[in-house]
Amino acid sequence: MKYYSYYPGCSAEGTGLGLGLSARAIAGPLGMELIELEGWNCCGSTPYGSLDAAESIVVAARNLALGEARGFDLVTPCSACCVTLNKTAERLKSDSALGRRVNEALSVAGLTYKGGLRVRHLVDVLANDITPPAIAGLVKRKLDGLKVAAYYGCQLVRPYAGDAESPRSLDDLVRATGAGPVDFPLKSRCCGGSLIISEEALALGLIRKLYENAASRGAEGIVTACPLCQTNLDAYQGKVNKKYNTGYNLPVLYITQLIGLALGLPEKELGLDTNVVSPGRLLSKVKQEV
Amino acid sequence: MEPRIGVYVCHCGSNIAGVVDCPEVARFAQGLEAVVVARDYKFMCSEPGQELIKQDIRSHNLNRVVVASCSPTMHEPTFRRGCQEAGVNPYYFEMANIREHCSWVTGDKTAATVKARALVSAAVSRVYYHRPLENRQVSINPATLVLGGGIAGIQAALKIADAGHKVYLVEKEPSIGGHMSQLDKTFPTLDCSACILTPKMTLVGSHPNIELMSYSEISQVSGYTGNFNIKVRRKTRYIDESKCTGCGRCQELCPVSVPSEYEQGLGSRKAIYKPFPQAVPNKVAVDPESCRHLKGLAQGKDICRLCQRGIEKKGVPGCETGAIDFARQDELVEVEAGNIIVTTGFSLFDASAVFQYGYKRFDNVVTSLEFERIVNSSGPTGGHILLKNGAEPESIAIIHCVGSRDRHYHAYCSRVCCMYSMKFAHLIKEHTRARVYEFYIDIRSFGKGYEEFYNRLLEEGTTFIRGRPAEVTDVAETPEERGKLIVQFEDTLIGLQRRLPVDMVVLSAAIEAQPDAEAVARLLNISRGADGFFLEKHPKLEPVSTMTDGIFLAGCCQSPKDIPETVAQAAAAAAEVLSLISRGSVEIEAATAAVDPKICIGCQVCKTNCPYSAISFDDTRRVCQVNEALCKGCGVCAGGCPSDAVSLNHYTNEQILAQMEGALV
Repeated sequence: MKYYSYYPGCSAEGTGLGLGLSARAIAGPLGMELIELEGWNCCGSTPYGSLDAAESIVVAARNLALGEARGFDLVTPCSACCVTLNKTAERLKSDSALGRRVNEALSVAGLTYKGGLRVRHLVDVLANDITPPAIAGLVKRKLDGLKVAAYYGCQLVRPYAGDAESPRSLDDLVRATGAGPVDFPLKSRCCGGSLIISEEALALGLIRKLYENAASRGAEGIVTACPLCQTNLDAYQGKVNKKYNTGYNLPVLYITQLIGLALGLPEKELGLDTNVVSPGRLLSKVKQEV
Repeated sequence: MEPRIGVYVCHCGSNIAGVVDCPEVARFAQGLEAVVVARDYKFMCSEPGQELIKQDIRSHNLNRVVVASCSPTMHEPTFRRGCQEAGVNPYYFEMANIREHCSWVTGDKTAATVKARALVSAAVSRVYYHRPLENRQVSINPATLVLGGGIAGIQAALKIADAGHKVYLVEKEPSIGGHMSQLDKTFPTLDCSACILTPKMTLVGSHPNIELMSYSEISQVSGYTGNFNIKVRRKTRYIDESKCTGCGRCQELCPVSVPSEYEQGLGSRKAIYKPFPQAVPNKVAVDPESCRHLKGLAQGKDICRLCQRGIEKKGVPGCETGAIDFARQDELVEVEAGNIIVTTGFSLFDASAVFQYGYKRFDNVVTSLEFERIVNSSGPTGGHILLKNGAEPESIAIIHCVGSRDRHYHAYCSRVCCMYSMKFAHLIKEHTRARVYEFYIDIRSFGKGYEEFYNRLLEEGTTFIRGRPAEVTDVAETPEERGKLIVQFEDTLIGLQRRLPVDMVVLSAAIEAQPDAEAVARLLNISRGADGFFLEKHPKLEPVSTMTDGIFLAGCCQSPKDIPETVAQAAAAAAEVLSLISRGSVEIEAATAAVDPKICIGCQVCKTNCPYSAISFDDTRRVCQVNEALCKGCGVCAGGCPSDAVSLNHYTNEQILAQMEGALV
């Protein structure tokens, strides 16, 4: 059994409910115990940093302090949370004066952060701790015949995790379920992120490029690791189709949902009813394989 | 004779005096035992500075001198010479480094002065115990070994050979010529590269003083300056070179085709081959990796040999001189030379490391050397600039600085790429009607005629875009982009992101050190810089020498450079060698080890550990002996000897202990 402190992040309990549910659902069968970090707070992500730089560090650091006290690696399924927490940890490590001030603020809540916590993304844990071969070995329902585009988004692979131009971790995980990851050159390009709110037209253009690239390579659906990416690609597909007069019908699943399907878990447990673009077509394909 | 020591504390302008209180250090030195006179002065290495020492030697009868100034690697020879001229043995001189070891590494004046005093005190205590030593003279073997047969090696070899001295030119490929033989036209004159190179190659091939050892590599270097012993592995061509006429019949008969290294993989050669038609020596070689017969021999089979047999039923004869001989073996030859010039050249950066530019992922993305072969009339496309599918490109993008000026790969600038990129633009305009786009960061047209060449380019209608492209992609976003390679970039002069669809992309890739540079450096005992190139003795004043006496550098193995600079460096290295040859002898440092045979117990720990193989064991007397000519004075033997039988001249236990005690002032 592998133990991890679990930091869901706000999205996993809100707009990314499917991620939150499916991540917990697959943990047990894969031999992971995700122990939710008690009293965790929003990491602040992009918005807080642009409001008050100093406060945003403390807000993120509170979670680091809580996580450090537990002693396990802190694992999050959200790319933005992962980057924010890692960024904060790095800043505290390199700027000792800042570290002192932050600990001063934390001490008001009886907390302190010494700098020894490892923050990792769930995909990193699945790819390197659990590993694709092990997952393949636990598959009960092979997803052969399912062609999907493995979409990393930008924050999963920048700036901390390895090869940004041609990453492989998600593709390997998809392959482990039996599904076929298509060649997808724009696999790690931006989906627009939070710009979907402030610069919608621009973000819709970026999302459309991703659909075009995935569809042209034969993808029947998109698999992603980040709740913001999933929301942008899933919830705004209708708007993209309307704006560009296109007819994309690409269900957008979380990697955890795909793995859950392969492990034979029920759809409700994986939050597949929360997806906007109905995954019905993909699911019926999968059911046929059983 | 009682030691009478003179101490001189140098200001070195403000380099030392800006941090160290030099007058104070001099005053302190005056109070040390056996110090007769102590002074401080602005520039000890200058004429007046040295005069100061000489005068004091005469008037105060000094017999020991300490100068506290810069590093001994800078001026120890200068001051030793000064002492010698004033009648004091140069080994009675000691330097205290209060610059690189003191004033240059701190801004704390108090701490620096304290340390300077300790360093001076250590030097004074040490010099008290110095002994007068004599440098030995060894004669120089007038033969020279030139390692690498590109234009640098060819030039250096010819200069020395023309002066009447023997040269061994060792080249690892089957032919000399190097990368210059692959080029089409050379900037800025647009001289045909082969036309200016091949006459020199021929001269080398026929020169009575040059022994050309082609298809050979060095495997061991021993000896010392003026007297090197080099083992050369002469790889077998599987032919009798005295019989091969270079007629090329065997090449036509051979059924095996493999990618040609000379053509950068764009064309092919046979298993028995000459790398290019104008090869010197004009002889073929059999490649054991691809030859069917040689591979068959390993399994006890006798197959093919079409090159030898010909095609009997068609009446086509094989080799008519019977030169092919599959039984031949590599040959190990020993060569003696007084000096070595390293001219091993460069390797081209592997552009597939820059994933975003699509090299090896997309058709029609080529490197600069590949493009040279494409545009060369003797190349794989006969000089026609063609896409992979045989069509003519209508637009070509040339991307500068691929792998250069880039903190992810090489920080340095490769110097020649701007010029050859522009040369490509000119040649493209000459050969085709294609539009040419140059993507640059800066235009470096520094040499004679180079800026004029750039201006000429501007008038020819090449488009220059200032901006290092973000990527080359095949993902089209508009109908015009379909089927093309799209360069995405920031046009920095107008501040806009743009996309440009083109048919072909040329990557001006960086010049790198050869992949075997580390092995060569170790063989020769020379250093490499952080960038991988061989290290010159001094970047400004000694660009072709190395820290190892008798070994010189020339050409791109030292740093990226164009042909005029390479030729100049090669001539400079040849001049260094000729100067030594005409002197006839060199001085060997006297700081060598000596074994006291009365104490030595014959355990041979020193012999086993000597990195220069300078110690031998005398079987009769059962003691070890040091060969002073080979000894480099590293001291490993002295440190390792369990009976304290080995002492190192100029680094005796007495001297070192005194130095340590003196430092604890």
